[in-house]
Amino acid sequence: MAAELHVELVAADRSVWSGEATLVVARTMSGDIGVMPNHQPVLGVLESGPVTIRTSDGGTVIAAVHGGFMSFADNKMSLLAETAELADEIDVQREERDLERAKAAGDASAERRASVRLRAAAAR
Amino acid sequence: MGAQLRVYKRRIRSVTATKKITKAMEMIAASRVVKAQRKVAASTPYATELTRAVTAVGTGSNTKHPLTTEPETATRAAVLLLTSDRGLAGAFNSNAIKTAEQLTARLEAEGKEVDTYVVGRRGLAHYNFRERKVVESWSGFTDEPSYADAKKVAGPLIEAIEKETADGGVDELHIVYTEFVSMMTQTAVDGRLLPLRLEEVAEEAPKGEILPLFEFEPSAEDVLDALLPRYVESRIYNAMLQSAASKHAATRRAMKSATDNAGELINTLSRLANAARQAEITQEISEIVGGSAALADASAGSDR
Repeated sequence: MAAELHVELVAADRSVWSGEATLVVARTMSGDIGVMPNHQPVLGVLESGPVTIRTSDGGTVIAAVHGGFMSFADNKMSLLAETAELADEIDVQREERDLERAKAAGDASAERRASVRLRAAAAR
Repeated sequence: MGAQLRVYKRRIRSVTATKKITKAMEMIAASRVVKAQRKVAASTPYATELTRAVTAVGTGSNTKHPLTTEPETATRAAVLLLTSDRGLAGAFNSNAIKTAEQLTARLEAEGKEVDTYVVGRRGLAHYNFRERKVVESWSGFTDEPSYADAKKVAGPLIEAIEKETADGGVDELHIVYTEFVSMMTQTAVDGRLLPLRLEEVAEEAPKGEILPLFEFEPSAEDVLDALLPRYVESRIYNAMLQSAASKHAATRRAMKSATDNAGELINTLSRLANAARQAEITQEISEIVGGSAALADASAGSDR
């Protein structure tokens, strides 16, 4: 059996996803980082962006995270985000509307949130 | 119906109505406690993971950060007091306020100026009534706080602690909230959030675990910079959730005893009403008997 790492994707008020994975790709402040089993312990600050998790049964889980951290040690990966949602939970039409509205209002953070969600939804 | 009896009947009706209300409030509070407890549980994974990360950075690197180093002479401290918006919760609010007052007195005895920040209308009313200065206050979300609310509260506090003391910043951040121990026990506690005591944080982390040497991405300073405000937010969020759960538990208990008291009062009043009714009947009978006896005496007299 291939090596696995245990992933916990946690938002401030709930646990979003947890399970076994073979690869996690997340965007830190200094660029995308891919973590495979037995990686050296790492603690990074996440940018808002999509996180891709390759599960050990061959599937892919994509989530949009907005600010947070990743910490990896002992083959356990914790992804902490203030808000995080799985790509399947994202309502594309609503986010497109939100994006339009944020652009019109000049709300940069809302615009970024909506576009991150849309990117995550497009990647699923 | 006699006047006495009518008064008793009226009081019984009003107490019965009050009892219905307190009973309903008790049941609402009971369901809210469960909901609030569930929220506390849902926020726990984030808090524990964050605590682990903070401990890892704090112990695994020799980085100095304004939020973890203790200034040699602290001259000003911020106290965040968490109360509720509504009363009817027994001693819940007054206990929290009392704890905050004690903490303030202690800090002032140590020669520190105290800036007070208040959450909840009850606490604010207490300070306003005494015309004491409150730096900032928030209300309207104490029953069901969300993470966004915690961020809103944490923002100005983090700002204040990052500012130089000379420019009106603070050196320490304390928080006073009501800890939810169990359904029956809630205690008002105070704690220092910042500067961080790493030993204390380390104690909260799971025991018997050797923290690995992390590689920091992009650097230990940047990670700490981003991590500590989140840590403060998460602690405030947790305190707000516990405070909400405690408030509902206190309301439930207060309303339960109010309902019990109303029941007792209804019993006593019913007995008094029964006695009054009985006395009325007895009096009526004796009046009738007396009247007929008088009539009989009178007719007997006229016959003669």
